[in-house]
Amino acid sequence: MIGLSNIEKRFGDNLVLKGVTVTIAEGSVTALVGPSGGGKSTLLRCINLLEIPTSGTVRIGDETLEFHPGGRVPARDIQRLRLQTGMVFQNFQLFPHRTAIENVMEGLVTVLKWAPERARERALALLEKVGMAHKADAWPATLSGGQQQRVAIARALAPSPKVLLCDEPTSALDPELAQEVVDVLGKLASEGTTMVMATHDLRLASKIAKEVVFLDAGVVVENGPAAVLFNNPEQQRTKRFIATLKQEAEKEGGGEV
Amino acid sequence: MQGLAFTVVAPYWDLLLIGAWWTAVLTVSAGALSFVGGILFAVIVLYAPNIVAYPVRACMWVFMGTPLLLQLFLIYFGLVQIGIDIPALAAGIVGLGLHFAVYNADIIRAGIVAVDVGQTEGARSIGFGKWQTLRHVVIPQAIRNTAPPIGGNLIALLKESSIVSVIGIAELVHSAQLAISETFRPFEFYITAAALYYILNLVLEAALRLFERHVEASR
Ligand SMILES: Nc1ncnc2c1ncn2[C@@H]1O[C@H](COP(=O)(O)OP(=O)(O)OP(=O)(O)O)[C@@H](O)[C@H]1O
Ligand SMILES: [Mg+2]
Repeated sequence: MIGLSNIEKRFGDNLVLKGVTVTIAEGSVTALVGPSGGGKSTLLRCINLLEIPTSGTVRIGDETLEFHPGGRVPARDIQRLRLQTGMVFQNFQLFPHRTAIENVMEGLVTVLKWAPERARERALALLEKVGMAHKADAWPATLSGGQQQRVAIARALAPSPKVLLCDEPTSALDPELAQEVVDVLGKLASEGTTMVMATHDLRLASKIAKEVVFLDAGVVVENGPAAVLFNNPEQQRTKRFIATLKQEAEKEGGGEV
Repeated sequence: MQGLAFTVVAPYWDLLLIGAWWTAVLTVSAGALSFVGGILFAVIVLYAPNIVAYPVRACMWVFMGTPLLLQLFLIYFGLVQIGIDIPALAAGIVGLGLHFAVYNADIIRAGIVAVDVGQTEGARSIGFGKWQTLRHVVIPQAIRNTAPPIGGNLIALLKESSIVSVIGIAELVHSAQLAISETFRPFEFYITAAALYYILNLVLEAALRLFERHVEASR
């Protein structure tokens, strides 16, 4: 289980997260939706501590860390919590100087000190899972965006994280390429991978997410099961936002909700 | 006017080849030092606490702002005076190496800064520490992206290495001068030395191209 309680994040004078409390059950997929600048990315990055929350508590499984304004958190604790997470970025961020399989092995070898042969075996199995085993020795620059993102998913999964954090995993991709990424994430979801994803992609959210958190201006406006939130939201703000998302999706000839 | 006769070179051919050999040794060793030193300086300037970074920056400024000839004299003749007696070859390697390390440092620093911060985040997200990120992700990419200008510096180093003849290292120009002092045929020997430099340059350029081709594949 992942528990965020009372997370505040301040950039200078800008209070970006205003006391966010969210609980994410193991094996569930949660979509983080909301208008641009609402704090989705920041919240995700507070889970793996790429951003250190100004205050609040982050809990992943048995690991808990509390944050206080001005307090310092030991790098070792940050590392321990971070290793429970994997992250998929909008722009993939594969290492261009490593082949696909080396990208997946890197964390196992460098961080977890696995023997290279063992790491290669696991990396190959993961590439297989995301349908990229045939490109194991390819350089990232020679792969399509969708292929790069699938390798990036394998890389994030390599250290067996408790949760996969995805920050707009499809928004840098053309619709066809986005589809192959949606398919892979859907497969992972059906296998019980815990995921939290920030997304504007209704197709992605509605196909995979069971839970939805609507975040606006640093506050959780509404959260609940995807079916309810997408089709029958309570809050006025949520209704308006979902309506615009659906409009956009229709304009693009995109997915059904 | 004296006629040109390259046959005078023949008896000194071995001497010149040995000179070329030492030029190659100097270039490779000083080149390696300038490369490693360049990375080290760049990392210190960017990341070390001020108490380390400021003195290093001051040293770099001195190396950049004064003539290489003066630096060599200082290392070879000056340091003896305070009890540091360095053999000529070592002094030549250190002088050339540090001088070019400073130029490389500038290039590599810019290269490091230019690596997308997303790369750092990607590395941090899979658990890399600061140092691991630098070593495995940022520096390798910075080096790849700056390979052409660093290679250019290496070629400049090969040519500039002739300056260490002034502290008595028997490199190519030094050998040529020795031969000239016995034969009084500067033209033939300087032309031959120039041809040998040209060949060394071709070899170095071929090696650099090989490296760049290897790097291109991964971009
Ligand atoms: N490193 C930072 N320094 C200062 N301000 C930041 C930083 N990162 C984010 N912000 C600010 O925090 C707010 C929330 O940004 P965030 O990226 O979390 O929004 P988002 O919901 O992910 O938006 P989008 O849908 O556009 O990705 C914005 O106002 C942004 O300017
Ligand atoms: Mg965002």
